[in-house]
Amino acid sequence: MSIRTRSLTSQRANQLSPSGIRKFFDLLASMEGVISLGVGEPDFATPWHIREAAIYSLEKGYTMYTSNLGMPELRQELARYLKDSYGLDYDPDSELLITVGVSEGLDLTMRAVIDPGDEVIMPDPCYVSYNSCVTLAGGEPVMVPTNQKNNFEVSAADIEAQVTDKTKAILIGYPANPTGAVMPRDKLARIAEVADKHKLLVVSDEIYAKLVYGVEHTCFATLPRMKASTVLLGGFSKAYAMTGWRIGYVAANKELIAAMTKIHQYTIMSAPTMGQVAAIEALKSGEDSSQEMVDDYNRRRRFMVKGLNKIGLPYFEPKGAFYAFPSIKATGMTSEEFAEKLLMEEKVAVVPGSAFGQCGEGYIRCCYATSLAEIEEALVRVGRFVAKYKK
Amino acid sequence: MLKDILKILENDARTTAKQIASMTGKSADEVTKLIKKAEKEQTIIKYKTIVNWEKVGDEQVGALIEVRIAPQRDVGFDAIAERIYRFPQARSVYLLSGTYDLLVLVAGKTMHEVAGFVSQKLAPIEGVQGTVTHFMLKRYKEDGEILGGEEGTKRQPVIL
Repeated sequence: MSIRTRSLTSQRANQLSPSGIRKFFDLLASMEGVISLGVGEPDFATPWHIREAAIYSLEKGYTMYTSNLGMPELRQELARYLKDSYGLDYDPDSELLITVGVSEGLDLTMRAVIDPGDEVIMPDPCYVSYNSCVTLAGGEPVMVPTNQKNNFEVSAADIEAQVTDKTKAILIGYPANPTGAVMPRDKLARIAEVADKHKLLVVSDEIYAKLVYGVEHTCFATLPRMKASTVLLGGFSKAYAMTGWRIGYVAANKELIAAMTKIHQYTIMSAPTMGQVAAIEALKSGEDSSQEMVDDYNRRRRFMVKGLNKIGLPYFEPKGAFYAFPSIKATGMTSEEFAEKLLMEEKVAVVPGSAFGQCGEGYIRCCYATSLAEIEEALVRVGRFVAKYKK
Repeated sequence: MLKDILKILENDARTTAKQIASMTGKSADEVTKLIKKAEKEQTIIKYKTIVNWEKVGDEQVGALIEVRIAPQRDVGFDAIAERIYRFPQARSVYLLSGTYDLLVLVAGKTMHEVAGFVSQKLAPIEGVQGTVTHFMLKRYKEDGEILGGEEGTKRQPVIL
């Protein structure tokens, strides 16, 4: 008889850092009447024509698994979309994989390309799951600091300085969560040169691709010599207000897609069928409704930015996604203290920048995908709060 | 620029010039000037409110009336249309293609009132050849707005 002394949970699970702001979440959950600028998703329901298409598919009995790669029609529509949007040719039968959101795409990518000890370079701050997915796959995340002065753009030189024998990939996500930063094409091209020189894979999370304001989004795979060495991650959640449907995709070369498909078929089987049908409708005729939402975000973005300016919180102008990322350093508080105190005293929820990496310390993420009236009221409250504590 | 402003106002006429300025990146003065001009030129015709009268127990009776008319020399349908649309009871009047000519939306306090308008005012107009009256049973959506409220989106308070 053996006495169990080992931990019930695996070392792999144990090494994942729990969300640093769990306490904050719990506090928030216990409060009422909070205005939340902390939500990372659209405030629109999915456009009706998309929902209606999905409802119809249920009525017709489209309730079975699909091909592991995803429905052929969806992959064809997606190939057409990538061709029309970026001039990129992806073979729908071997270079596209439909996933359960970008989240799965990112996890699959890391599992398919990382050997133990491999390093993946990524900007700090960045989306919360980037380094965890690398760690889960047995790799080592290597953070490259970015800052407000450089509009939170990651520099190619800083990336190159971190390249070692173990470096396998560069992981970037622009337009960026949490900063709202968009990288201009020439700066991305310099990153491409570094990737090319050191034979690195570039994993580009472009979930916010359509949410850019007054600037153009550059798809990383369109840069010279980059298509074969780029894993393009995209999805429907943000542009079509479809977060709950959980549909994303990976576009990459045949070899990578084949490797990812093996993992995908054993862990997921296929992305939800109803969601795939909705995604087909989104690609076929969702352009207008998507553009309308983007125009609306842009109005609110200007409103938010102007308000932050008035309050006197230094920020850089976010050109993408739906976040502003102002500095709260003038209050002398850490971002977590700031968020907690703001919640307690003014009932406004923001996300502490430190949740997204060390370089996010001293900043807060404010999402403007919420009603204008709420943004306006939140700005009044934040303004009052900042005036009280500003040093 | 003006189109941006109009779009915002069409959705919510109470948005202030200052708010619009923040949303469009223009100055409040500039926005005010453009709105004044649009009002003067009748690009902005009027600011109104969509009311759900049932909420205050004031049930309105609405009817759609199909009107067949004989077009007149020189003026076509316009002269008769004008005689009809000048009645305040006619809330909207459209010339249509198809089996009838004018569609008139009529609102009144009671069915009796609406019926009276049709039989005593509208039908007897010279040139009106016939009317078909459809009383509205329920209003689901008015001018783009779902009555009884839009669905609420139920979001988690914080999502990273």
